[in-house]
Amino acid sequence: MMLELLDYPFMQRALVAAVFTGLAAPAIGTYLVQRRLALLGDGLGHIALTGVALGLLTGWAPLLTAVVVAAAGAVLIEVLRRSGRTSGDVALAMLFYGGIAGGVLLTGLAGASAAVLNRFLFGSITTVSSTDVWIVAVLGVVVLALSLGLAPQLFAVCQDEEHARVSGVPVNLYGLLIAVLAAVTITVAMRTVGLLLVSALMVVPVAAAQQATRSFRATHLVAMLLGLLAALGGVTTSFYVDTQPGPTIVMIALAAFVLAALGRVVLGRRRRVQALGSS
Amino acid sequence: MTDAAPALRLEGVDVDLGGRAVLRDAALTVRSGELVVLLGPNGSGKSTLVRAAVGLVPARGTIELFGTPLTRFRDRRRLGYVPQRAGVTSGVPATVREVVLGGRLPRHPVLGLHGRADRRAAEEAVERVGLGDRLRTPFTELSGGQQQRVLIARALCDDPELLVMDEPTAGVDRDHTAQLATTLAGLAAEGVAILLVAHELGPLRPHVERAVVLEHGRVAYTGPCDAAPEEGHQHPHSSDPENLAPVPGEGVW
Repeated sequence: MMLELLDYPFMQRALVAAVFTGLAAPAIGTYLVQRRLALLGDGLGHIALTGVALGLLTGWAPLLTAVVVAAAGAVLIEVLRRSGRTSGDVALAMLFYGGIAGGVLLTGLAGASAAVLNRFLFGSITTVSSTDVWIVAVLGVVVLALSLGLAPQLFAVCQDEEHARVSGVPVNLYGLLIAVLAAVTITVAMRTVGLLLVSALMVVPVAAAQQATRSFRATHLVAMLLGLLAALGGVTTSFYVDTQPGPTIVMIALAAFVLAALGRVVLGRRRRVQALGSS
Repeated sequence: MTDAAPALRLEGVDVDLGGRAVLRDAALTVRSGELVVLLGPNGSGKSTLVRAAVGLVPARGTIELFGTPLTRFRDRRRLGYVPQRAGVTSGVPATVREVVLGGRLPRHPVLGLHGRADRRAAEEAVERVGLGDRLRTPFTELSGGQQQRVLIARALCDDPELLVMDEPTAGVDRDHTAQLATTLAGLAAEGVAILLVAHELGPLRPHVERAVVLEHGRVAYTGPCDAAPEEGHQHPHSSDPENLAPVPGEGVW
């Protein structure tokens, strides 16, 4: 059954994109959740839409314009947060609205239809080109290498920023790096999950993993595994059931969360009963 | 910069926060092997002083670590810092071992994971604060006092030569405060310089070399702790609204 799926070149490309999306989104999402910035991905996803529209308007590859604009947005939000001139949620709200408005406005100016925008908002595996796959693979490897290779520093910055600063860690630089990596991940995930749902793949696998793990490292790795399974499962399901891949991936990730949460409740209750029985 | 220089020297330090004077003309020196305690009522600027000493709040005046101005001090391995527990966030669970390993960052290469030596140092530091059996326990499942001890272990894990601690005994019961006092006395005997903020001396008293008392952002007393004004008697009481001058970033304990 899986082999039939692989007969189609567009599905081969979609599955490769799904692998990098599924791994990269929770890899950086774990740091966002730890920093209590779970919604940052959403804000950056919205501003990436302006980048996509800029690509449509100028004729440049939308993936590249999206990554540049989203990264610039990430830097802006981090600077706004650090300067204390506005709170994190207000800065996020400005990105939400500015990004969507800019995206729709520029798409209109480019003469493109709403259907084109939908491909980026909700993902469209059938339109993923070989160039897209290469860009996604390279960016995905960069995100994975940095989020795993810099794990001790990124963990320290997210867990106790002041202690990290006293330890000589360039906290502002790592804060910017996390935000920019989140922006890059959004671009990686844009073609499979779509900009509106990308944040879910950054956050939901982490929330699901947390139900069963006790350490940061285990949460990080289990979340990546869940993200990978959800992305591959979602793309495969969407092929056979003819659903959109983005929502399918997110629903599978949410189902994993519900199962993990239920498992935690049942196991917790069983442990309490056993503890009462033995006392 | 020589090793004979004090581990920490503050001279004429002023700090303004939110446009308000919080510290004025603060001065203190901590030498190798000394345990100096910083006392004072709520809002007197104790936390602000230690935060300025490690570079967490902007300050004017002279702040030197091992004879090097703070702004040029790069050898962070020599400095251990214990913040107040409130600064530690935990959106994702982290074990005691993971939190304590954060203390090894100054000697960590830019890329790569913690090695065996790092893990061994973390285990030893956790043993030292009496939590050797809780290495795999999530930090958030510990009591407030136990969390405080984990943060102390993190500061100890890189064998610092100067320990700066902001209320390390807050929320820690008397037995464990006594244990901490013994640990700190041992470290001081090994030559570690220690500056700690405390609300009361308790079991620390016999080990303290010198007390520095802050009042209204100024050093009101420096000398042996036996002659220091008794906390809670000569100081304005924190519940007295007329005397309460809360400092931004300094909680009420």
